[in-house]
Amino acid sequence: MTETVSTMTQARPAGLHLGRLFERIALLVVWVGLIAIFGALMPQSFLNWGNFSIIFASYAPAALLALAIIVPLTAGDYDLSVGATLTLSSALIGVLNVWHHLPIGLVLVLALAAGAVVGAVNALFIIFFRIPSLVVTLGTTSLMTGIVQWMTNSSTIGGIDNALVMAVVGGRLFGVPYAFYYAAAAVVVLGYVFDYTPLGRRLLFVGRGREVARLNGIAVDRVRFGALIASGVLAAAAGIVYAGVLGSADPYSGLNFLLPAFAAAFLGATTILPGRFNPWGAVVAVYFLATGITGLTMLGIPLWVTNVFNGGALILAVTISQLTRGREASDIG
Amino acid sequence: MSDVPSAIGRVAEPGAPRALPVLDVADIAKTFGGAKALRGVSFSVAPGEVHGLLGKNGSGKSTLVKILAGFHAPDHGGRLAFNGEMVDLPLKPGDFRRLGMSFVHQNLGLVPSLTVLENLRFAHLTTARSGYIDWRAERAAAREALGRFGLSIDTAERVDRLSPVERALLAIVRAFEEIRVACAATGKPGLVLLDEPTPFLPREGVEKLFGLIRSIAATGSSVIFISHDIDEVMTITDRITVLRDGALAGALETAKATHEEVVEMIVGRRIARLGTPGHQAAVAKPAFLRVSGVAGGALAATDLVVGKGEILGVTGLIGSGYEELPYLIFGARPCRAGALDFVDGAHVPLAAMSPKRALDLGLALLPGDRQGASGVDSLPIVDNMFLPDVDRFFRFGLLNRRAMVREAFALGTRYEVRPNDPAMKLSALSGGNAQKVLIARWMNRNPRLLLLDEPTQGVDVGTRVQIFAALRAAAAAGMSVLCASSDAEQLAEICDRVLIFARGRVCAEITGPDLTKDGIAEACYASIDLTGRTAPAAPALAS
Repeated sequence: MTETVSTMTQARPAGLHLGRLFERIALLVVWVGLIAIFGALMPQSFLNWGNFSIIFASYAPAALLALAIIVPLTAGDYDLSVGATLTLSSALIGVLNVWHHLPIGLVLVLALAAGAVVGAVNALFIIFFRIPSLVVTLGTTSLMTGIVQWMTNSSTIGGIDNALVMAVVGGRLFGVPYAFYYAAAAVVVLGYVFDYTPLGRRLLFVGRGREVARLNGIAVDRVRFGALIASGVLAAAAGIVYAGVLGSADPYSGLNFLLPAFAAAFLGATTILPGRFNPWGAVVAVYFLATGITGLTMLGIPLWVTNVFNGGALILAVTISQLTRGREASDIG
Repeated sequence: MSDVPSAIGRVAEPGAPRALPVLDVADIAKTFGGAKALRGVSFSVAPGEVHGLLGKNGSGKSTLVKILAGFHAPDHGGRLAFNGEMVDLPLKPGDFRRLGMSFVHQNLGLVPSLTVLENLRFAHLTTARSGYIDWRAERAAAREALGRFGLSIDTAERVDRLSPVERALLAIVRAFEEIRVACAATGKPGLVLLDEPTPFLPREGVEKLFGLIRSIAATGSSVIFISHDIDEVMTITDRITVLRDGALAGALETAKATHEEVVEMIVGRRIARLGTPGHQAAVAKPAFLRVSGVAGGALAATDLVVGKGEILGVTGLIGSGYEELPYLIFGARPCRAGALDFVDGAHVPLAAMSPKRALDLGLALLPGDRQGASGVDSLPIVDNMFLPDVDRFFRFGLLNRRAMVREAFALGTRYEVRPNDPAMKLSALSGGNAQKVLIARWMNRNPRLLLLDEPTQGVDVGTRVQIFAALRAAAAAGMSVLCASSDAEQLAEICDRVLIFARGRVCAEITGPDLTKDGIAEACYASIDLTGRTAPAAPALAS
């Protein structure tokens, strides 16, 4: 093995290696650079652990959402409905726990189950009726948003069981609320599935070459079905964390996570494992965007700049990544 | 050799028609990196003539068509005249339209999800100068174009709802429409080139198509008709030009030529007519798999037996259905009927077959479409190699990446993959090396039956030799191989036995001394003749 490795490395020009290494860590470098800039501008308010622990906790739902997106994306399907699923899940918690006094444990299980049902409905139309995933999930987004408004009478429901709030933001490890560690745990699990299990290989081949996968004996439809259900469950989990972070169920603000999470999914595919949707990259991208937005907000820059930052960062990063890869065809999309 | 006076100074035969040829090419040659695809071909097409262009696979027909379409630049020294005017070579893409030529390729070039109107008026609709589309006028123009040939196709219908025959007719009408206006303006005839438009059409469809071709010729324009089907060519054409090995094999006047003469000219020597098949020749090797009544796509119910350790070739002319066989047996395409009986007693109805099931039964399929169906270019070699058996590397909850790479490297060495770096993407390899990776994938599993579709398409000569050697070695060790290929040379080299298909049925079996490149090519042409005369009750091979 050592012999083969050394011959393989010799076969490749050294410059390529460095270029590839830089590509893998480029986003991390830019992130550190961003922190340095904001730190220099606001050494007191920005560069303190409290600020970062807030960023880490409050963007945990977005991180989970980005993970929810990359699972079906790897299998070749878009799931736009994750934002609405997040909202549905947190609204369910509010309605069932606060208004109907169901125990919080049962409510969380029901919320996750609702996410699975959403995934199954999406999968039904995408796989069995062969409707493009973009269309189906755009439709279910609107559908769920309506249902949430009906369920909640379009009002924010406060007073969710304190156990949930405590479990999400009550305790801290290294000064960072638990919320972050839930997202981190999800990253580790997904990273394991993607890279260290045959299932991860199947997911990848189904996304990159459906016919190839089919002719190699992979149950393509079942893999896609599973990916969409996983996406729904993860999005519901994001909804739980969101409800915990807020301590209430907000029927409107959940959808705001959708675009940053999608941006992070694609941005994350340019880093750590460039060219693949990968959980590590997605989470780095989420917190990179979060840092930028928080820093800009603290500088007192008007709100519209954050949207420009989100979109600009995405387009710029994907473009730079494509340019460094030269002639190689894009792996994404 | 030409019955038509030439603009390029060839002397016309006495008594020949005086009209200026529509197309006159002389000394067209084309070399691809040392290999001569065309060696100075000359022929001419008279106005109002239906001209057959014939030749085996690799005879240079498609190269010639691509030169006319401006896709390839011919070697220096060739000449081309259109309606008596010399045209500068090489043609630029699109030049043919300006000259008054149009093409109908085998895939027809229609957009299935658009309407007949949109397809028919495509060029006009997308380039209209006015910036406004007068749909009423467009519809009228489309109806007129179809009506000119007595076709009643609804202009609002989507093309994918048309029958195959209607689609072919539509494509030909469109090709004629493209040149009609130009021709009317100049008063000179145009040329429509039909490249294998018929292989997938039923008999009645071919008749309709011929009616259309005759109508076009009646307007004074010419048609070049390319087909493998000699009966069809004999029926529709006025004259025939035959290419063989890149050179002109001869030109014939259809009315004075016999079927045998044409075949002889295509194949290059007199061929013995095949005896009536129907007796199953003894399979030298013990049977491994009996395939009975397999039917799907263009393939009619077919029986065949694959011997253990046998390399069985299946071939035929385009559209004869042989190319479906590997996919049907593997369960990759829907089967109408049929069953597999393995020597160990397993009976599998093909309706219940799926790729997963096939793999479990020890079958393997290497599809012809390497990038679309066989391997994923954007993923590493190692993942492509072990796609069907990643589970083998999953131990103690972890995918053993190191073991995968180690084994992929060893496999790459054995199959001489260059460069042998399992972490590289498949796209980094040449076509031949990528094919080695994909063959290694299947061979490594030791399948009982390996199904191949055009295994050496787009593969360099050196790799071909390696692939053949690997196949022979595996067959000697007891693996059975079924290889579908249009390449007679390849089949002659590796197969123990070759089945010839025509019109969806097995019509001949070649073994022993006849199993040569020429023998297979001959059988292909003789076969179409056989089934053509005896259809629809052409005898299938077994039982």
